[in-house]
Amino acid sequence: MSHIIAELFPPSTLRLFELIADVLIVLTTVSIVGVLTYTKKWVWLWREWLTSVDHKRIGIMYLIAALVMLFRGGVDALLLRTQLAFPNNHFLGPEHYDEIFTTHGTIMIFFMAMPFLFALFNVAVPLMIGARDVAFPRLNAVSFWLFAFGALLLNISFVIGGSPNAGWTAYPPLTELRFNPSVGENYYFLSLLIAGIGTTITGINFMVTILRMRAPGMTLMKMPMFVWTVLVTGALIIFAFPPLTVSLALTLFDRLFGSSFFTLGHGGMPMMFVNLFWLFGHPEVYIVVLPAFGIFSEVVPVFSDKKLYGYPIMVASVLAITVLSYGVWVHHFFTMGAGPGVNAFFGVSTMLIAIPTGVKIFNWVLTMWGGRIRFTVAMLWQLAFIPAFLIAGATGVLLATVPVDYQMHNSYFLIAHFHFALIGGTVFGVLSGMYYWWPKMFGYMLNERQGKVAFWLFFIGFLVTFVPQYMLGLEGMTRRMYTYPPGLGWSSLNLVSTIGAFTQGAGFLVIVYNVLWSMRYGERDLTGDPWNGRTLEWSIPSPAPEYNFAIVPVVHDRDAWWDMKQSGKSEAFKVKSSAIRPVHMPKRSAMPFLLGLSFFVVGFGMTFSWWVIAIIGGLGVLASLLYGAFDYDDFEELDPEVIRRTEAGLGRLQA
Amino acid sequence: MPKRHSPRGRHRYWLTLAIALGLTVSGCGQQYVVLHPKGPVATSELNLLILASVAMALVIIPVWMLFAYTLVRFRDNPRHEGVFVPKWQSSRLLEILLFVVPLIIVAVIAVPTVQKTYALDRLPPKKDPVVINVTSLDWKWLFQYPGQHIATVNYIEIPAGKPVLFELTADSPMNTFWIPQLGGMEYTMPGEVLPLWLEANKPGVYMGRSGQFSGTGFVHMVFSVKAVSSAAFNSWVQQVKTTAPGMSLATYHSIVKIGTMGHESFSSYPAGIFPTTTHGFTLTGSSPMKMP
Ligand code: HEM
Ligand SMILES: [Cu+2]
Repeated sequence: MSHIIAELFPPSTLRLFELIADVLIVLTTVSIVGVLTYTKKWVWLWREWLTSVDHKRIGIMYLIAALVMLFRGGVDALLLRTQLAFPNNHFLGPEHYDEIFTTHGTIMIFFMAMPFLFALFNVAVPLMIGARDVAFPRLNAVSFWLFAFGALLLNISFVIGGSPNAGWTAYPPLTELRFNPSVGENYYFLSLLIAGIGTTITGINFMVTILRMRAPGMTLMKMPMFVWTVLVTGALIIFAFPPLTVSLALTLFDRLFGSSFFTLGHGGMPMMFVNLFWLFGHPEVYIVVLPAFGIFSEVVPVFSDKKLYGYPIMVASVLAITVLSYGVWVHHFFTMGAGPGVNAFFGVSTMLIAIPTGVKIFNWVLTMWGGRIRFTVAMLWQLAFIPAFLIAGATGVLLATVPVDYQMHNSYFLIAHFHFALIGGTVFGVLSGMYYWWPKMFGYMLNERQGKVAFWLFFIGFLVTFVPQYMLGLEGMTRRMYTYPPGLGWSSLNLVSTIGAFTQGAGFLVIVYNVLWSMRYGERDLTGDPWNGRTLEWSIPSPAPEYNFAIVPVVHDRDAWWDMKQSGKSEAFKVKSSAIRPVHMPKRSAMPFLLGLSFFVVGFGMTFSWWVIAIIGGLGVLASLLYGAFDYDDFEELDPEVIRRTEAGLGRLQA
Repeated sequence: MPKRHSPRGRHRYWLTLAIALGLTVSGCGQQYVVLHPKGPVATSELNLLILASVAMALVIIPVWMLFAYTLVRFRDNPRHEGVFVPKWQSSRLLEILLFVVPLIIVAVIAVPTVQKTYALDRLPPKKDPVVINVTSLDWKWLFQYPGQHIATVNYIEIPAGKPVLFELTADSPMNTFWIPQLGGMEYTMPGEVLPLWLEANKPGVYMGRSGQFSGTGFVHMVFSVKAVSSAAFNSWVQQVKTTAPGMSLATYHSIVKIGTMGHESFSSYPAGIFPTTTHGFTLTGSSPMKMP
């Protein structure tokens, strides 16, 4: 018994921060359970949310999870920056610092950026293409629960068993059992493997949805740009995740079963892990940035009151980026001695990718040219993205210049580059999308004034944090250092960077306040079209009814809803009572939740090599799958009367 | 009567002022090690960095300006009388320009990149390099001088003005070997031996460190590089040979043990602690090592 407790709670889980986290977790859990019991909401939670297969609900759950993870990753970041604020600081010890930068990176990429984007995929894509749900609604819920339980598995490592500590890239041999005997890395591999299955399914699901379920008349070249980017992201996911799965699984084998794929000695080849990891890793950065490009391509035309400039070129650029992004991964290890021929090839291919990216930026500016620009919060995030991403791209080209990369690799210059790309691209993108689609999700607007305060705090904080980091790189500071001595010229720049980080933190808190305030006092969106939108999701009420479209629209133009409004047909878009037909709707199901839970049990058991638990979980997985496979009663007809009543209640029924 | 500055003097005066201003504004003091190269490799890398930065600035600054102008001119303001063309969405000439101009700029960077990538991979001809075998350990650097048959820990001395060929391996998780003032980094990996040549122009002491995280002691993976005249180098070798203790296999195993160390010198080292065969696929022609 006592050795089990010692395994579950090693000293690294009994430090001050971990204990504070323990207390907070217990308090939150108790209060949530208390509130749910007191208000008798358990059944409601189970029926309406946990077993829901409605893409809008799943989108909202993704959004909540992503915001929670943004908070966790953000707290990690502030702890790291506090430690680095002064030379020889003793705020965090080396073990602690290493764990925190590892969870920070892993959470931000896999459990914040990706689910945040998936939230917006779910909320917007079916509505934009005039569909009633995604192609495989139940699989969609499976994706979500695999992600959610994967995220949970990684997060409990902080308080049970100990966190991973070898960086989000987890290169062996550092992650080999010999150098890393604690269970932390097992958590890392297993949580990513579990969430990765969900991600792959999401990729497939959205590709099929987009290819098969568009409203009549919506040809590929009439799809909104965001839908295009989701389509190619699906393709990127399908080809990028297998190498990740292989590299993670083989390293896990090395750790759990004594194989020697990537070990030091015994013929292991650690560099092969690096190769496989980046074969996934570079497409991954486009997986998280292309959808953000898509969001900007929706936001800019709406708030410039103008058609998207150069739509065919935008599509061509996205496709070019998708293809090229598979041909550049070696730029992450130019300094691993692949030789000048290989390095030169991958350096030039990387530079080529900057061209379609640059063309897109030009197109957004040309979209604004000759328009009428409204500076809403959604638009402000996009406007901040343009200058920031230009810097990210330009410094990316510097890093692709092979001999320059020899001096910049793994320095703070690199750190600054990818934070400009990931925050300036992905985070600004998802926040823009969140403010833009919020009324469609919840039926009320987020307060614009508070949103602007949050924006300016965050944007200025972002520049103050990361511009000094470019300079630190030129001063020779390398990444993942838990401390540094004075006298190298690094001290003041680090302090400035920390101040910037806290400013961003303040910006995040204002966003939270903004959401909570608006929940109560925010302006209700009664029109369904608060921004004077252009695409189909704005043609239906906010929030969208369960069946999305009472009558499936027919599309004639690229900006379908704009077109209807312009030609005065939006009135005709009101539903004729007689035209309403019963709607075929997917039924809610407990299978996805139970499958996720079973995978969690497998993951937890394998982390500690407690095989009995892992096998029990495995049986759960099998049972859930069988139950799902033989459950033929998975659709129901929605009574037209319900639709009629809902639409009439919204004043949308034609006389 | 005050003497008038000659045009040339005036020129120099402005140049100094501009440089001084540039340095204070950007803070480019000596602590910007990458911008103050002390050897041919680092200089060559810096020149490429400057070229690429200028080319990139030529792209982003005009776009920033166009962007700012667009925001001001076309903001939604009842008083401004900008053109309003809600349906304008393509222009053939512009589109061709959009692809061609970036392509030219990329070519301007790509051509010298390829040239230098090849050039820096080759040792300068007809100069006999000093060879140093580098092993990264948890968490210290072991250096062996096969030509001189001495070894050191966490510091090296090298002759200035002469190329040094570092052969890099690891008996630990990976690290990168980086002396920013002399040139860029290269990985140390178990089972591989990667070559990297560097040279110091002038005598001096330069800082080296690891760029790849390798565990809790990683920040202590620093070493110092002392470049001295050839004569001083030879006498330092002699001094190590005569005064330092020898390294037995047992000593080596105690060095490999996890932990940090100060500077150490050894007058000999046991044979076979540096790998002679490797996975092979990463060695380039510039290394004197044979492929297995
Ligand atoms: C113009 C386009 C881009 C170019 C030319 C470019 C180039 C590069 C290069 C050469 C590296 C490797 C540097 C090194 O490790 O030494 C790199 C690293 C990185 N880039 Fe980019 N990049 C571009 C866009 C992006 C985008 C869009 C993202 C993400 C949204 C991104 C995220 C990253 C990340 C996360 C890393 C480092 C990962 C790590 O080592 O942990 N980059 N980039
Ligand atoms: Cu990359």
